[in-house]
Order: sequence, then structure tokens, then C-alpha cells
Amino acid sequence: MSPLPGASGYDGGGFSTVRIVMIQVSNLTKRYAGRTAVNNISFTVARGEIVGLLGPNGAGKSTTMRVLSGFMPATSGTVRVAGFDVFHESDAVRRRIGYMPENNPLYPEMRVREYLKFRARLKGLGWRRSRERVQTVMEQCGLTDVARRIIGQLSKGYKQRVGLADALVHEPELIILDEPTIGLDPQQIRSVRALIKSLAGRHTVLISTHILPEVEMMCSRVLIMLDGRVLASDTPENLQRRMEGGNQVIAEIAAPEAALRVVWENLPEVEQFNVAPGEDDYFRCALTPRAGVDLRPLVFTLAQENGWALRELTRSRHSLEDIYMQVTQPTTEEAE
Amino acid sequence: MRIFLTLLRRELASFFCSLSGYVIIAAIALLLGLSFVVLIAGVGSEPFTVPVTEMFYSTFYFWLILLLATPVITMRLFALEKAAGTFETLMTTPVGDVQVVLAKFSAAVIFYLVAWLPLLGCLFIVQHFSNQSGALDAGTVGGMFLGIFLIGSLFLSLGCLASALSRSQMTAALISFVLGVSVFSLAYLAKSAQSKLMAAHWQAKALSFFNLFDQMRDFALGAVNLSAVVFCVSGTFLCLFLTLRVVESRRWK
Repeated sequence: MSPLPGASGYDGGGFSTVRIVMIQVSNLTKRYAGRTAVNNISFTVARGEIVGLLGPNGAGKSTTMRVLSGFMPATSGTVRVAGFDVFHESDAVRRRIGYMPENNPLYPEMRVREYLKFRARLKGLGWRRSRERVQTVMEQCGLTDVARRIIGQLSKGYKQRVGLADALVHEPELIILDEPTIGLDPQQIRSVRALIKSLAGRHTVLISTHILPEVEMMCSRVLIMLDGRVLASDTPENLQRRMEGGNQVIAEIAAPEAALRVVWENLPEVEQFNVAPGEDDYFRCALTPRAGVDLRPLVFTLAQENGWALRELTRSRHSLEDIYMQVTQPTTEEAE
Repeated sequence: MRIFLTLLRRELASFFCSLSGYVIIAAIALLLGLSFVVLIAGVGSEPFTVPVTEMFYSTFYFWLILLLATPVITMRLFALEKAAGTFETLMTTPVGDVQVVLAKFSAAVIFYLVAWLPLLGCLFIVQHFSNQSGALDAGTVGGMFLGIFLIGSLFLSLGCLASALSRSQMTAALISFVLGVSVFSLAYLAKSAQSKLMAAHWQAKALSFFNLFDQMRDFALGAVNLSAVVFCVSGTFLCLFLTLRVVESRRWK
């Protein structure tokens, strides 16, 4: 983990980790009546990071978040938030966390401003301060137009924003959002994502989701969970780099098939190739390069030299979905 | 304290800003009105031998209201929050479990007392038209309401416990109704057993603590029965303590 700018010049020995590390989970296990929901997981989250907890339903994401928020105790292991133990110093932790549970529960009979004010007061903000903060978060989350509306009558997108505003209202150091974009339409998802992205740096954010592009878009780091364990933890880019096989290059070229085969055969940078007939006179070539080589300029010059028409040249990147499938696949087979 | 008041305000708002709250008040007002009709019919032209409050108490409506209304008032306190998931958002803010339990219980008691207010009007009407000074005085009305408050608190705290134990409002109402009927039956058994014993006997004294009927009659006569105060207050505290333990129990699981 790289130290953040805020931590430089602070060399208090063991205490320095307190400044840098926001969440420290060590050997966390949570068992419900006979079922192990979270099985001996450990991870750390640095201050200012946006971390995505990714995994299928029932992987233990929500349970992990509930333990982090102090709602439930761990069966074993320790969880520290901002240096405080979530079980023994629950009050200090709860002051520092803005938590939005799954399905975003709200009081449907309250008005938006009234609800946010109530929540701000519960979180220990004074009368004047809570009024200021409620105004700020309502502007931040685009709720000023519906301030006097009853929550139960709002659309799902607005409700979600009320939940987010509630999580932000006391300016917590750590924001935990359990599936914040579930059930929203694409436009609403976009605005919620933009809002979450804007929190980076000032707040540490932990998001759970089972939607892959969301993590790719918002998060600086991904934790992939399955069956109560953390299978991978890295940046989305690094995870992509770790994929076996490297990056394939797809080229669509109008040329005699035999000529194409000969060219690829003789090109030392190409490790494997596959030529398939495409539409019209074009052939679709899938080329796997030797490690670290970018084939695209080479393919372009070749086509130019031979006078072949080239209409597509792309590098197919492995999406997080491939990584996700690859990481989770062997374990599911083992389990069966 | 500030957090307690914030919570109390919200709980009261959810009682008084909801349809169900007014349905409960209307139902209690209806029962009170019926008891009033019975009262008026009984008054007739005869002079009062007992205060009006005791006459009211001697109709069965008092117990009907107590047994039926308290489970309905308390059923949503915890059960609804658990079912809707708001219990999670509530308990992850820096509020204490004690504050939550006390705020919910206090709101239920305040709502319950407000629902009883029409009784005051009924009593004054009786007094006004009967033109008898012996019919009603501040002391008997005060005693009556103290009794309503204390016995009501006991039944409401039973309801709080039932609501904390369950995720469904219906189950919570049923549990608290069963608990309430149990206490009621206990009082009835105590009364019948007591009548067979000598008044000075220690068993009779012990049983008198459970005898809600005689206790409530003392209150209606304007006399504060100390054993009733002790029984109701300690019973209420016990139930609230158990409720607190149930709320805390999520930390032991």
C-alpha cells in the first residue's frame, strides 16, 4: 500500500498506520446459525480509497459491511476502523461511518428535509450545524427540489439519493454503501456513480456490488469475494494485467487467406493466430502476441506495404467480467 | 438527552402523523363513549354513593381498552423497524440502546395518555349535569389517571418487549396480547384466592400485589395504593430491562 500525501512527515512508528489505514480487517469470521457467511478474511483499505466489494449474491459482502458498521459482532477476528475496534469502541466507530444498508431503508412517512435533519441530530450534530449540513448534502445530492416531499412518494432514484445524503450528512471519514445503484434506471445509475466518484479523496468509500462495470468505473481497488472469502484484491488494471494470455489483437484485412497465413507464420512477434473469413472479402485475424509486444503498429505497416485494405484493428482487453469468471470458476467447481 | 428527545419526537410524529394512530384514538374514544352511555344510564336520578370515576371503573370497558389498545399501540415500535430495515440504520448511528428503548416506550405512554383524554370530558359532563359536588373532585380524577398511567405503563412495557422479540407486527401484537391476558388472569386469580384468605395472612398480602382490580379501584376512589405503585413500577422496569437485553442481544449472536 502506498502512503498517501496526508501521511508524509508523520513518523510516529506504529501509529502511522492509524493515519493511513482506514479499515483493517484481520481474520474476520462470521457464522450465523450453522452457516459460515464470512470465512477468515483479511484486508486493509487506505484513507481516500474507493474500494469495491465484488461478488455474487450470498458471497458475504453485506455481512462484512454489517460487521464493519458495528451492527453485528464478528464471530472471531478483529475489525478496526480509523484505529478503533468496531466492537469495543463501537461508539467512536459509528461516529466515523456513514452506512447505507442494502435496499436503503428509510422512514416513508417523513419528509426529505425532516428525515435528514433527524438523522443529522441522531449522529450528534448540533441544531445549527445540522441545518447547514442538511442544506449542503441536499445540494450535493440534488435533493433541494424535493426537500418538502414525503419520502414514501419519491421515485426510487430520489430515495437512493436520500440514503446517500443520509450517509454523508455528518461528514464521516468512511462511507459504506451496500449496493447503492441496485434497481435504478441507467440515468439514475449514472448520477449516483458520479456522486460517489466525487467523494474520492475526502472520504474513504467501500461499495458492494455485483455489477462489474460499476467497479471498473468507480473503484480504485477491487476485492472479489466468493463463498465468504476474498479471492483477489487489486486495482482493476492490475487484475486485467494478471489475466493469462495477454492482449489479443483483432485485425480485419481484405487479402488472400493463404497470404495472410504466411505473413503471420513468419512474424516472430506473433505467438498464435487464427484467421477466419469475415463479411465481404475481409478476413478476421485474431493474433496473440509474445509477452509485452504491441502488435498494432506492425499489423498496420504490413497492410500498408502489401496494399491490403485494413478496416478494423483493435486490442481486445479482458474485461473485469472475464477476470471475475476466471477467479470464481475453479472454486465453484471444487465446491460441487 | 438531546438524542433521546430527537428520537422521542420522531416516535411521537409517527404516532400522530399516521392514519393508524388516529384509528387507535378513535377506537378508544368509541369504547370510552360506550362506557359513558352505560354510566349515564346507571346514574339516573339516584344520589351518588360512590364517585363517578369508580362507577366508570366498575364497567368492564376499562379492561377492554387496556387489553386491546396496548398491543396495538406498541406492536410497531420495534417490529416495523426490523421488518423495514430501518433498525439497522438506526442502530448504526451513535445512539445508545437505552435511549432507543426509552424513547419508544415514552412515546407509546404519551400516545396512550392522549388517547385517554376524552374520558376527562365524559367525567366533567357527568359532574356538570348531576349537580352533585360529591360526584367528582380533582383528587379522584388525579388518582384515576395515575392508575391509568401506571397500569397502562405495565401493559405498554409488555408490548415493547413483545415488539422487540418479533419482526412481524402481527406476531408482536399477539404476543403482547397473550402477555397482557396472562397478567390480567393472574390478577383475577389473585383476587379470588385472596378473598378466601384472612386479610392479615402473609399470603394474602403477597397476593394483593398482583390484584390489579382492587388496586385500580383504590386509584378510582382517589387513594394511592402503594403496593399498586410498587407492583406496576417494578413490573414496568423489569419488562423494559428485558426489552433492552433483547435489543442488545444482536451483539451476542
